[in-house]
Amino acid sequence: MTDLTSLTIAEAREGLASKSFTARELTDAHLAAIEAARVLNAYVLETPDRAREMAKAADEKIAKGEGGPLAGIPLGIKDLFATRDIRTTACSKILGNFIPPYESTVTSQLWRDGAVLLGKLNNDEFAMGSSNETSCFGPVTNPWRREASNTTLVPGGSSGGSASAVAASLCMGATATDTGGSIRQPAAFTATVGIKPTYGRCSRWGIVAFASSLDQAGPIARTTRDAAILMRSMAGHDPKDTTSVDIAVPDYEAAIGKSVKGMKIGIPREYRLDGMPAEIEKLWSEGAQWLKAAGAELVEVSLPHTKYALPAYYIVAPAEASSNLARYDGVRYGLREPGKNVIEMYENTRADGFGDEVRRRVLIGTYVLSAGYYDAYYLRAQKVRTLIKKDFEDCFAKGVSAILTPATPSAAFGIGEKGGADPVEMYLNDIFTVTVNMAGLPGIAVPAGKDTQGLPLGLQLIGRPFDEETLFSLGEVIEQAAGRFAAPKWW
Amino acid sequence: MSVDATTVRRIAHLARIAVSDAEVPHLQGELNAMLAFVEQLSEVNIDGVEPMTSVTPMEMKKRADVVNDGEIADAIVRNAPDTVNDFFLVPKVVE
Repeated sequence: MTDLTSLTIAEAREGLASKSFTARELTDAHLAAIEAARVLNAYVLETPDRAREMAKAADEKIAKGEGGPLAGIPLGIKDLFATRDIRTTACSKILGNFIPPYESTVTSQLWRDGAVLLGKLNNDEFAMGSSNETSCFGPVTNPWRREASNTTLVPGGSSGGSASAVAASLCMGATATDTGGSIRQPAAFTATVGIKPTYGRCSRWGIVAFASSLDQAGPIARTTRDAAILMRSMAGHDPKDTTSVDIAVPDYEAAIGKSVKGMKIGIPREYRLDGMPAEIEKLWSEGAQWLKAAGAELVEVSLPHTKYALPAYYIVAPAEASSNLARYDGVRYGLREPGKNVIEMYENTRADGFGDEVRRRVLIGTYVLSAGYYDAYYLRAQKVRTLIKKDFEDCFAKGVSAILTPATPSAAFGIGEKGGADPVEMYLNDIFTVTVNMAGLPGIAVPAGKDTQGLPLGLQLIGRPFDEETLFSLGEVIEQAAGRFAAPKWW
Repeated sequence: MSVDATTVRRIAHLARIAVSDAEVPHLQGELNAMLAFVEQLSEVNIDGVEPMTSVTPMEMKKRADVVNDGEIADAIVRNAPDTVNDFFLVPKVVE
């Protein structure tokens, strides 16, 4: 029998339907792969008993012809999603041994459709990071290495565990979240497909909050089709999240293979940065040519406020984070460090429970919201955000269907290589992705090639609000042209 | 704009995070690096621009004003560090 972990979700779905193997066999193959790949540190909690139980239930449903769209498909869940009776930590010491008495809406929809939970995946603490190095469970290792090198590379972040697990075939797909690039950047670093849907497309209920006006859940998978399959189950209106949008969820998979002929693809001149590596530039123009060959029309567009997106993000996101993270006070859940009085108890708990990056962002967020600084920082940043969104609106108003950009300014880097002296060095990773969150738009990262050292590189497509389907169609064109990339197994 | 050591201590207290004297210079450097980075926003002309309040134009749905959940005190206190009789316990706050 072929290695079941190497199948795509679409292939596994067929195999299960034709009884070539059972959900239990598929799950067992993945549990064995996880056990053999602990060196990657992708999972922070394995749930084999739950997985086998769910696989058994899926087999029974499939036998009765009642299997849902994801029946028996084993998935990994980012540890930012609350899972009922299963420890959920956001990879922060401050959540300690938190066992949610409830299930996030997105994961509950995956289980509704028959998916199987393999375990919880590592991420940057509270999703704050671009390398998965800020997790209280330690960094995740990228299954990809430079040619002829043993250097351990980061998988990107914050959904580093999700990207690494999908790339190493430790699950068929994974949930992830994206506040400034946390789905797309790790997808690009690991040759996986990651989509951040339009703000409001997926419910945020039951997902540990980082920056509420930017956070969105989305899938990471090995193919564009698999991402589309997962997306359909994850999306949808939820009365428990007032920012979730009440519009029908399309059959995203139907967009795979659809013609892109006549579509106008914007190439934004502001994304051509000074000192951009030649191989990124080359990949970008190659991607544009593939879309052109498929019948799309390339047009140069301008998004003049692009360079201000990252600085505005580093006001808006920390400000919202400082408010959201106020709830971690040692009273209702998680860690508590004693103090002489209640204030000291708060201060000691939060000093001990938050890691350096989280502390830094809570402090800067507190500062920009403090009396006398609100107008100069937060209000100004929100006005700049309006301008960033308007740039995109102007572009779409000219008939542009989607915008093509590089996903990241470089390939994966080594653990400990970036941000040691200046946190801004790490933040620059999100320079191409963060604009999308600021404007609430959908964005997909698809693998498109390799750099000279053999590391994967990705391209990003940015779409109109709630037009994820066009991104899937275009993503498929790139996937067909570029081919798929699998990391050589060394672990 | 940049922050001095006194401001770092004041922000840390506002954020309810204990910071030791030894950590202040380092934090001050990091915060100032971030503030220097965001400084470039001052060159953007924002005259007459409305601040963004909702990234997706939509009217917020309102739910019916009815009790739809409750009687789950056990589930609510289950994860608390210290409780008694379904109450959260904190150090004494009233002298």
